[in-house]
Amino acid sequence: MNEPGLPMDINLAVNLCGIKLDNPILAASGPFGYGHEYRELGSFKDLGGIIVKGVSLEPWEGNPSPRVTEVSSGMLNAVGLQNPGLKDFLEYHLPSLREAGPRLLVNVVGCTVEEYAGVASGLAGVEGIDGLELNISCPNVKAGGMAFGTDPKATSLVVTAVRRETNLPLLVKLSPNVTDIGVIARAAEEAGADGISLINTLSGMLIDTGQKKPLLGNVFGGLSGPAIKPVALKMVWQAAEAVKIPILGMGGIVSADDALQFIMAGARAVAVGTGFFYEPGLPSRIIAGLIEYMKEEGIYTLSEIEGIARTLQEQGK
Amino acid sequence: MLPRPFSIYRADSVTGELDLLIEIKGKGTGLLAKTGTGAALELLGPLGKGFPVPPAGSLLVAGGAGIAPLAFLAASADVPRTLLYCAQTASRLVCPHADLDFPGLSIIEATDDGSRGEMGTAADLLLNRIEGAEAVFACGPRPMLAAVKEICLQAGIKAWFSLEERMACGIGACLGCAVATTGGYKRVCRDGPVFSAEEVIFDE
Repeated sequence: MNEPGLPMDINLAVNLCGIKLDNPILAASGPFGYGHEYRELGSFKDLGGIIVKGVSLEPWEGNPSPRVTEVSSGMLNAVGLQNPGLKDFLEYHLPSLREAGPRLLVNVVGCTVEEYAGVASGLAGVEGIDGLELNISCPNVKAGGMAFGTDPKATSLVVTAVRRETNLPLLVKLSPNVTDIGVIARAAEEAGADGISLINTLSGMLIDTGQKKPLLGNVFGGLSGPAIKPVALKMVWQAAEAVKIPILGMGGIVSADDALQFIMAGARAVAVGTGFFYEPGLPSRIIAGLIEYMKEEGIYTLSEIEGIARTLQEQGK
Repeated sequence: MLPRPFSIYRADSVTGELDLLIEIKGKGTGLLAKTGTGAALELLGPLGKGFPVPPAGSLLVAGGAGIAPLAFLAASADVPRTLLYCAQTASRLVCPHADLDFPGLSIIEATDDGSRGEMGTAADLLLNRIEGAEAVFACGPRPMLAAVKEICLQAGIKAWFSLEERMACGIGACLGCAVATTGGYKRVCRDGPVFSAEEVIFDE
């Protein structure tokens, strides 16, 4: 379906693992919270979908402050997946998100395989949820999180357990803090994932030289923003080589050109995270840029350029 | 570049002008300080919850750059009220007296080294004046606020603090600016920046 005002034949819609998105721009899990605040700023306009902040079975308190700091071309955070838990999410946050419009994916977190499966089970059959994103990659929680995303066997275990609990499209969000992203991506695919989502933040830290101690309350945090885009792009490229399932690319996207680079590396859709802090209306600017590019290049659907840089590279062109 | 959170220092509802008093601390504030006259800046606000209107007999306690929101608060009432304006040394008392010339406002200055006003900390100053105070409103470094909290709790005087924390979104979404309170972590940008003294936990 064409959006009003689009040239007749340009169509931005994509099908991400069975989730039909009006356009390929999603809000990444985390910075966007549960959307209420950014909705007030008009950020929902031109968003194809929202991946809500990680939801665990029970409420999580999060890490001590300071939790965020700016770094060159990005930021470092250690929020620690603070969230009100599944019950509160379903009662308080979901109803208003559901009426807001964009497709809805829920980011699922846990400390144990059982907890991940418990959240997936609690979300099964709930109206208005279009898919799950399994977060096995958060560097900011001591138990679980990234531990599941850095070992193919653990990845397989948790994806298998969640797959058993849900018929919803299931994306698995991978950590960049690994030696070979392809191995983890394949483990997720073989365990029943419908899509791969990457990258989560890169593990890092800063020291306050005045106080002679780590700047973040949690000591270590996750690096995000434009600083990590080249790393993210490379990993999307490698994951696209490793698996056949669709890829949701993210990591430092702040422009239409960034989004196009991810799509050309093999992403079906892309997500914006830290970019919202710089520019709450970022999705609209990216969409406008995509349309302009498509017009200039004579492209009608994004499937024409999905993975094209890789394909041309393989063909030696 | 991430946006930076600032207090409102002065607002003129007639001309629509907004003044900020900014301490140049790092790269962000450094760049802001270098922007010339007429430069266009993006601003999102006002955000969060401010102080309640101070009753007669209020003490306003400002530490260093903490003067910014308290100058704005001082302007919001005309009842008798006292500003305790404190800093480490004279050069850190940057707010010109002309900016604090409000009816009913008395000003007492103090520096840790005695280079201007009384010699002593904000806590020293407050301790001598807490008796008979109606309420306390404070903004400044965390150790100062922790001391002010103790004094107010012991004297049974109601107090409000405007807190600072590193922020990313500024609107309550990212949970980056958490502060420990008796009700769990709260967001400085949205649930605050003003909190009641008894709910803020300083000894993390």
